[in-house]
Amino acid sequence: MSLFELVRVSFDALRVNLLRSVLTMLGIVIGVAAVIAMVTVGAGAQAEVDRQIESLGSNVLMIRSGSRWFGGARTAAGSAQSLTVEDTRALKAEIPEIAAAASANRGSGQVVVGNMNWSTTIYGIDADYMIARNWELAQGREFEPAEFRNGAKVALLGNTVVEELFGAGNVVGQAIRIKNVPFTVVGALKAKGQSFGPWDQDDTIMVPFKTAEGRLLGKSTHRTGSVRDIYVSVGDADAMDFVEQDITELLRQRHRIGPGEQDTFSIRNMTEMVEARVEARQIFNMLLAAVASVSLVVGGIGIMNIMLVSVTERTREIGLRMAVGAKERDIMLQFLVEAVTLCLLGGLIGIVVALTITVGVAEIAGWPVLVQWPIVIIAIAFSAAIGIFFGFYPARKAAAKDPIEALRSE
Amino acid sequence: MAFLRCHDVHKDYMVGTETVRALDGVSVAIDRGEFVSVMGPSGSGKSTFMNLVGCLDRPNSGRIELDGERVSDLTSDSLASVRNRKIGFVFQQFNLLGRTSALDNVALPLLYAGVDRGERTTRADEALARVGLADRAQHVPAQLSGGQQQRVAIARALVNSPDMLLADEPTGALDTATGQEIMRLFQALNEAGLTVIVVTHEAEVADYARRILRFRDGLITSDSLDEVRDVAV
Repeated sequence: MSLFELVRVSFDALRVNLLRSVLTMLGIVIGVAAVIAMVTVGAGAQAEVDRQIESLGSNVLMIRSGSRWFGGARTAAGSAQSLTVEDTRALKAEIPEIAAAASANRGSGQVVVGNMNWSTTIYGIDADYMIARNWELAQGREFEPAEFRNGAKVALLGNTVVEELFGAGNVVGQAIRIKNVPFTVVGALKAKGQSFGPWDQDDTIMVPFKTAEGRLLGKSTHRTGSVRDIYVSVGDADAMDFVEQDITELLRQRHRIGPGEQDTFSIRNMTEMVEARVEARQIFNMLLAAVASVSLVVGGIGIMNIMLVSVTERTREIGLRMAVGAKERDIMLQFLVEAVTLCLLGGLIGIVVALTITVGVAEIAGWPVLVQWPIVIIAIAFSAAIGIFFGFYPARKAAAKDPIEALRSE
Repeated sequence: MAFLRCHDVHKDYMVGTETVRALDGVSVAIDRGEFVSVMGPSGSGKSTFMNLVGCLDRPNSGRIELDGERVSDLTSDSLASVRNRKIGFVFQQFNLLGRTSALDNVALPLLYAGVDRGERTTRADEALARVGLADRAQHVPAQLSGGQQQRVAIARALVNSPDMLLADEPTGALDTATGQEIMRLFQALNEAGLTVIVVTHEAEVADYARRILRFRDGLITSDSLDEVRDVAV
């Protein structure tokens, strides 16, 4: 008998017991859907995180002025300005792996354009900042060396600020007031579109370091040349660890910190921070996928269960088929194909369900939909394998029946 | 040359730990075109005889030849093939597949004979016409009367043009009038050249046959053919 005929015979058998077939399939449907949905949603989340890492700037180390001991009570990191622009220059000059080192001070303030106003984060930056943090321009230009040198009243606007104050359109040349000081907009930044919790990266205004120091962030908390954060981007990702060590050594030397004394700064690997979160999520996803695989196996056992019931129930039919000329192989294949058909149909429905779930989740979470085709193919192959594995024993039991006994059974 | 020849056939069954001798040296020859009834009380060995002759089982010793082919020591796959080509079975309980049309039921043996779908339908239609059910092809067994169901079963037995029809209590589940109808159908098929063997315990049924074999304790105790010969002598 050809495979086509076998499939037709098994379809007929499944159709005769439609409700039971559907219920049996359900186990596989849920199993396959769960595995694929988990893996696909996981991949979407991963891609999202990759984008976040990229938006932070690749291989970036953030050095923050560390807390100091004040009679036993520690103040918040960054509140004591131990780093200076000289430190930034020294880092770049003395550690060759460092591709860019940028000084940045941060504060917040009101920005006014006409009758619109917006409260945002103001960064005082130097020339390397854009490179180190992976910022790109949407319009206009970067600051010129002379503007950095002279502390010119020019500003770059983050996308959120542009939207809040101007809506859209060309903002180059516009006059704005930051903390009541008039500035000229020379450019706008491309949106990173990524936020970390409540922190919107695009809600920012950048001005030259010197300008911020003198006019915006105030001298009361900032000594001239003192730096809150230094961003260092490292050319080679593998060099991150020892560059971090080199930086620590160099800064301890420059700050004359004796052995055993506390650092006056802290170094954070931003990529690592995000990656730690990714890893936690990946482990969670793998756990869910493992649970889903268990449900697939349970579904397979369900198939075996029903196939065994079916074989017992259809003993007379098996006897009759044998009497009219079915060979053992024919009977065996019939039941095997039936089990595989159940599993494959279940698998296909499971895939459709999974893709629906994935698209839904991606829509809600704003993740990209990344259908993992290899997993889809593996799922189909796996459900067929489950059909063969769990269908084999019942099928062999059917084929091993003695036609005389089978015909005599009730 | 007899179509079916049994020579000193023995068959034992294990029932629990005990061995039961079902056939204890049966020898018989049946010619092509005969209509034979097999009678005997239960446990006499008549069912075992049918199973062996129907190639559903093999004897422990002895020889069975069907159409010149020694079937007593074939593999189970070869036996399946012999059943498919040479024997048509009719059972007491019809054994039709439920929720399957009469046509598909009749065509079932052709599926295992490797006949393609188009020809299966044609031949199943013909077989149904031979038993007078051409207009019931698309009915499922539940929509047919007992007699009609048995006719479908007979059509199924006929569909692959067998040499021999084996019927095991074919009227056992039918009322007398319907049973007679079925037996007349067998008679008609026999007159058309088919070898028919019917197992029964009813004398009226057995009387349709031209030859009666009586079984007791695993042996053929009487063969009407011998009586005829005796009378002739």
